[in-house]
Amino acid sequence: MTALAERTVGIFGAGKSGVAIARRALDAGYGVAVATSGPAWRTDLVTRVLTPGVRAVDAAELASVAPIVVLAVPLRRLRELPLSTLAGRIVVDIMNYWEPTDGVLPDFASRAHASSLIVRAALPASARLVKTFNHIGYHEMEQLARPSGTVGRVALGVAGDDLDAVATIARFVDDLGFDPVSTGTLADSHCLQPGSPLFGADMEPAAFREALSQLASREVPA
Amino acid sequence: MEIGAFTFADIAVRGGVRPPQRIPELIEEIVLADEVGLDVFGIGEHHHPGFSAPAPPVILAAAAARTHRIRLTSAVTVLSSDDPVRVFEQFTALDLVSQGRAEAMVGRGALLDSFRLFGHDLQDYDALFDEKLDLLIRLRGDEPVTWQGRFRPPLDEEVILPRPVQTPLPVWVAVGGSPNSVIRAAAHGLPMVLGTVGGVAAQFAPLADLYRQALDHYDKPAQPVSMTLHGFVADTSQKAADVYFPADAELFNTAGASRGIAGMTAEHMAAKNGPGSTYAVGSPQAVIDKLLHHHEVIGHQRTMLQLAVGPLPHADIMRAIELLGTEVAPVVRAEIARREGGGDSATGVGAR
Ligand SMILES: NC(=O)c1ccc[n+]([C@@H]2O[C@H](COP(=O)([O-])OP(=O)(O)OC[C@H]3O[C@@H](n4cnc5c(N)ncnc54)[C@H](OP(=O)(O)O)[C@@H]3O)[C@@H](O)[C@H]2O)c1
Repeated sequence: MTALAERTVGIFGAGKSGVAIARRALDAGYGVAVATSGPAWRTDLVTRVLTPGVRAVDAAELASVAPIVVLAVPLRRLRELPLSTLAGRIVVDIMNYWEPTDGVLPDFASRAHASSLIVRAALPASARLVKTFNHIGYHEMEQLARPSGTVGRVALGVAGDDLDAVATIARFVDDLGFDPVSTGTLADSHCLQPGSPLFGADMEPAAFREALSQLASREVPA
Repeated sequence: MEIGAFTFADIAVRGGVRPPQRIPELIEEIVLADEVGLDVFGIGEHHHPGFSAPAPPVILAAAAARTHRIRLTSAVTVLSSDDPVRVFEQFTALDLVSQGRAEAMVGRGALLDSFRLFGHDLQDYDALFDEKLDLLIRLRGDEPVTWQGRFRPPLDEEVILPRPVQTPLPVWVAVGGSPNSVIRAAAHGLPMVLGTVGGVAAQFAPLADLYRQALDHYDKPAQPVSMTLHGFVADTSQKAADVYFPADAELFNTAGASRGIAGMTAEHMAAKNGPGSTYAVGSPQAVIDKLLHHHEVIGHQRTMLQLAVGPLPHADIMRAIELLGTEVAPVVRAEIARREGGGDSATGVGAR
């Protein structure tokens, strides 16, 4: 890929959260491509007005233009995505399982596994999954973003099993306006899910780390 | 600018006012809203223990019999889990009782209790709404309807009788920030309700723009935009905050609206009321300033405040309605008419 393509992020979903991330990424100087379940021309109707500068593409094409692909669709629609095209990509899971809006999805409902583990199992083995951005509201993604080094910047947890991918996405989080805090593996990413004290809390890094360590010490082995 | 209020007929889940007391109180609130000159009152359908109006048209019809001028709307009707024929019949009945003051605000629903209750599959979330909206629109027309879909039996040359007083019966599409829903409303050429439960107004302005551009794209005539928001008026801003935010937080924590955010407090909710925010909780002057700011950035034609979010005392709601109708609305309407060059502030709404 060219240097430009390497700074390109693809986003599945042009909804509330997809648009917010697209805007932040554009601001940070990334190239952005977006796909929905509809044809590119229909997605373009949205991106033209809400995120000028973003390229609307067909879903099947998205992963071919971007080394980083963000999943910003409702979790219940995960399996409709062209998941096989994600081989070799860094995939960012910003999705949450929340029954009052998702309904009951049997794989996710037991909560035995962190939702990202189930997402990872649906991806090709060579895709490297990182979870972040899920625990902040879409308004806050734009409202709370601050340049690197700003005092009082909000922390975002970053979880993943591949350290290179985690480092790349930590940089992405930083570029988009938040302090990345590594929270461990995908198996441990319960701490970022709905119901956790970190979810929706908008904390500064020190408070975030403190809450994280309190959670870890409270954890009872399953 | 039209100004109104709406509610889900909230009750306390544990203890407090029960529906047999709350619903008659709500009727009195609508009667007062009519007397003080509010333009519209809405009741939202929910199938959830904290809310007591799963059947809004029934309650609205009772209010219709005691009011004269105010428009009466659902806010919203969860069309995805209802039968469009039945929805049309019920709002026709409301239109006949109210002599042409009924409106239906249709949406996909934010909480999904109705899907469980009526046996719909969430995988069909979008398909259900698309199909049912399409049928509802056809039923409003004058032509006999021949129709076939996935989710209800086909219709062959049906005309649903009786017909409403208004032709066509006003139907608004409610959207919650999802661009796709905005496009859908525009593609059908229906007026749009922009539902807000937080954030700053400036973040919603692009959606109103998207709506106007999409209407253009689909060659549809201009349509009004309505904004719904969390708001409350009391004699002082302190009093408004003391009444509104604890109940708002309680609702958030119990209704699943929080999406897993633990323990929202009154302080959290109060923080949503800052400068530029969609929240409009305060003294009459504070609310006037907020509504004028909203209009400046969104350019909408109707504003509806969700006056009681969570269980609030009837007396406080009555006072809020009185202040909204007598102190807030006249000033906001006059200022917007002045900004728009002295025209009739309600012009846009008549277009539906
Ligand atoms: N909203 C928030 O504040 C927030 C914050 C953090 C995380 N999240 C998470 O982000 C995810 C998306 O939430 P949202 O609020 O952004 O939803 P949304 O506003 O409903 O948007 C969903 C988007 O996904 C697209 N989509 C659906 N199925 C698709 C498919 N098969 N292929 C490609 N695109 C598809 C939709 O477009 P089409 O229907 O046209 O395909 C739409 O653009 C959820 O898992 C949520 O938990 C949301």
